[in-house]
Amino acid sequence: MSAGSEDLVSPSVADLRTRFAGGVRRVLVSCGDTIVYLDPARAHEILAWLKDDPSQQFDYLTDLTAVEYRDAERPLEVVWQLRSLSRRQDLRVKVELAKDAPLVVDSVYDLWKGADWLEREVFDMFGVTFRGHPDLRRILMWETYREGFPLRKNFPLRGHFSRAEQTRQALAANPEAHYSLEELSIAAAFAELPDDMKDRLARGQRGEVA
Amino acid sequence: MSTRTIEVGLRTPGLDASGAVTLEPLGVRLPEHTPVQDDLGGEHMLVNIGPQHPATHGVLRLVVELDGETVVRVVPHIGYLHSGFEKLGEYRHYNQIIPLTDRTDYLSPMANNVCLALAAEKLMGIEITERCTVLRVIACEISRIISHLVWLGTTGIDLGAFTPFLWLFQQRERLYDLQEAWTGARLTTSMTRVGGLMADIPDGFEQGLRDFCRTFPKTLDEVDSMFTRNAIWCGRTQGVGVISGPDAINYSLSGPMLRASGVDYDVRKDRPYLGYETYEFDVPVGEHGDIYDRYRVRLEEMYQSNRILEQALDRLAGLKGAPINASDPRVILPPKHRAMSDMEAMIFHFKQVMEGVKAPVGEAYLGVENPKGELGYYFVSDGTAKPVRWRVRPPSFINLACLPKLCEGVLLSDVIAINASIDIVMGEIDR
Repeated sequence: MSAGSEDLVSPSVADLRTRFAGGVRRVLVSCGDTIVYLDPARAHEILAWLKDDPSQQFDYLTDLTAVEYRDAERPLEVVWQLRSLSRRQDLRVKVELAKDAPLVVDSVYDLWKGADWLEREVFDMFGVTFRGHPDLRRILMWETYREGFPLRKNFPLRGHFSRAEQTRQALAANPEAHYSLEELSIAAAFAELPDDMKDRLARGQRGEVA
Repeated sequence: MSTRTIEVGLRTPGLDASGAVTLEPLGVRLPEHTPVQDDLGGEHMLVNIGPQHPATHGVLRLVVELDGETVVRVVPHIGYLHSGFEKLGEYRHYNQIIPLTDRTDYLSPMANNVCLALAAEKLMGIEITERCTVLRVIACEISRIISHLVWLGTTGIDLGAFTPFLWLFQQRERLYDLQEAWTGARLTTSMTRVGGLMADIPDGFEQGLRDFCRTFPKTLDEVDSMFTRNAIWCGRTQGVGVISGPDAINYSLSGPMLRASGVDYDVRKDRPYLGYETYEFDVPVGEHGDIYDRYRVRLEEMYQSNRILEQALDRLAGLKGAPINASDPRVILPPKHRAMSDMEAMIFHFKQVMEGVKAPVGEAYLGVENPKGELGYYFVSDGTAKPVRWRVRPPSFINLACLPKLCEGVLLSDVIAINASIDIVMGEIDR
């Protein structure tokens, strides 16, 4: 990874540097793609500008993900792959989140609706909280999953729990626990359920296995 | 006890004096605003569809809130097929990830294999040979046809048309025979390697594919004549599950879902890879963004893929005997007889098998136009033989995320049609 010769860098970088002097931390070029590191506190403001400014028009969020390096000292990165469909331009934007502080970054759901499930996936897999997301809950793992965040480097490939423990929990799990609170509120019938079912559901909501 | 109205939107296409297509109400149409007694007393009902339900195309679970038969809200639940592929990829060499890609979008495994090889080659800066490029194009387009055939057949079944399913699966079987002859597998193809291919095409493959290309459009024409102006098909699909162009962009839709809404973006045209810019083909674009337009886009894409296959076969004829692998001993295994007789070849063989191919420090994102949409692989490397992060940009995951929006206010039976029109494959959504 190199600082890159200036002709390879996306023209958006110069605009970003003049407009958000302190917001751009550094710029890299890797395999022909421009990567811009932003100040996490100003990321949302700068992403909104990139989306709406007539000179940028990054109207398409190609992907949103996170990267954690094997080097434990390196911060975790949240990555937005932006694309301008009209200008046929791509830009990769990143913020670095120090691992000793809470992993929090502003949600971009208000800019791109497509960020909804992508942010939920990053939350599910890395434990990054997206401030302002309307429905931030696990998406691929079940809501009562307690082993941690699977794509973090401190998560062993086979999980924290032993196979025997996983099997025991799976057998002891209450299928109704998978009906989340939200669905029960849709049903508006929770109050009418028999007491024993209410009791089992209530245990399931806490995700605690007997 | 409240009352509400059901509007039945069955229409059939006709022609006006100038020859333009018009939509006439079908004879069975109910009088408008027929009051229907609501025996639920206005209470909403919660219906659970799936995860084991044939119309959800895999293990998708939908929780649908209904007001009578009208959908108020849809909450999709996914993850039943989660296998942690991205995590597994961090523990494997680049070539060892290829079998994982077979199992993500298992309706187009060859296209996934190609994307992975291209992304790794972009990261490592490897040039591939011309014959390899043409063969990969053939693999991608075969995958596109197979995937669209499955989509059209199963969607037809979801909407009550059984016969075209059999016609389409017959054609799919012909392609699967070719794919099996080439890769040895119907599904787990693993046919690319970083820098080349697992194997060259076998004898008779070219002739078989030529025969397919010649006769396949006839089946498409038959299906076209069964569906495109069919009153029931039009009634179930036209104006259902509509998403506008700007919304489709905002929801990050890709592939036929994006193009059916009138957005002209195809990775093959706009970010060409594998020399797609040198092939002659058209990109169909819809205008209404409904299920019908998605059907028309996918149908036309099959004709266009057939065109690309014919051109690729012509090019292949001029590349007989050309190498399929890059001449780069760092990434390509030497032939076995050389590894057993030549010291240098044996060292390269040993290092590749034991240590894997080391990628330089850096990162690369490469997106390709898969049948379902834009599939992107994002590699981050710290200089070792295993990636720090292997991210899949899953097209059907992102397309499915807009299902709740598409299903606002439709009838319950339309949820099945809309879900089918997205063309999801759960292996890729859950990964």
